[in-house]
Amino acid sequence: MEIGLNHYLALSTILFSIGLIGVMRRKNLLMLFFATEILLNSVNIGFAAISHYYGDLTGQMFAFFVIAIAASEVAVGLGLLIVWHKRHNNIDLDNMSTMRG
Amino acid sequence: MFEAISFYLFAFLTIAMFFITVTTSQALYALTALAAGMIFISAFFFILDAEFLGAVQIVVYSGAVMALYAFGMMFFDTTRDLKEKHGNKLIVSGLSILVAILVVVIFSAPIVSDNITALYPAIDGVGNTQQIGMVLFTKYLIPFEVAAIMLLVAMVAGIVLAGKKMDLSLTMMSDADIKDLKEDQNKKVLS
Repeated sequence: MEIGLNHYLALSTILFSIGLIGVMRRKNLLMLFFATEILLNSVNIGFAAISHYYGDLTGQMFAFFVIAIAASEVAVGLGLLIVWHKRHNNIDLDNMSTMRG
Repeated sequence: MFEAISFYLFAFLTIAMFFITVTTSQALYALTALAAGMIFISAFFFILDAEFLGAVQIVVYSGAVMALYAFGMMFFDTTRDLKEKHGNKLIVSGLSILVAILVVVIFSAPIVSDNITALYPAIDGVGNTQQIGMVLFTKYLIPFEVAAIMLLVAMVAGIVLAGKKMDLSLTMMSDADIKDLKEDQNKKVLS
C-alpha cells in the first residue's frame, strides 16, 4: 500500500482540528499556547509533504520560517504570561477581557 | 511497505499525544504529551526525506520550546486543576464550519494543482541539508536575515519581560525581610 500526498494532508487536517478544539475549550492561557504549537506543527507536516511530493524545496523553507516564528512567539508570550501571573496570580483568559493592565 | 507501517504508527501516536494535550486537566501531563508529540512529528519529516527539518524539529521544539515551557511552568501553580471554558456557541459553530470548509479545500488541493511545477526543484546527487543550504542562502537570504532579527527582538523582549526582580532571592533573605516583602505585595494587590 502506497502512502500518498492525501494521507499526509489528512493527518495534517486531523492534527489541525485537534489544535482548534484545544483553542476553543481551554481557559488557561498556557494550555492555549500548547494548542497553538499543535496548530503550527500540523501545518508544518503539510508543507513537508507537499515539498516531498512535488520535488520542491519551498515547502521546507516555509516550515523553517514557521518554526522560527513559533520559537519567538513562545519567548514573548511566556514573558508576558509571567508578568501577568506576577501581578494577578492567575492566567485565566476570562480575567484578561479588560485591558486596564 | 515500511513507509506505510511507520506512517500509520506515528500518525496514531501523534494524534493520541496531541489529543491528551488538549483534553487532560493536568498541566504537567499536557506538557509531556506535547513534547512526545513533537518528537513523533519529526519522524514524518524523516520519512519525507526532509532530514534537516526533522533534526531542527527535535532541536528547536523538544529542546528549546519545551525547556522554555517547563521553565515557565515553574512560575505557575500547576497542581491546581485547570478550569474549562463553557464557550460561546456561536464561535464554536462558526469555527466548526470553517474547519469543514478547510477539509474540503485541503482534499481538493492536489486535484486543482495537478499542473504545478517546482519553483526550486530538488537537485539530484546532493543531500537534503546541502540542498536546503543552497536554497536558503541564495533565494531566501532576506527572509532568513529578517527571521534572525525577529528572533533577536523576541529574545530581548523575553529577557525584559521575565527578568524583572530576578535578582531577588527568597532563600538568601531573612524571615523578617520576607514578611515585609509579602506585606508590601499584599498592599499593592489590595490597592
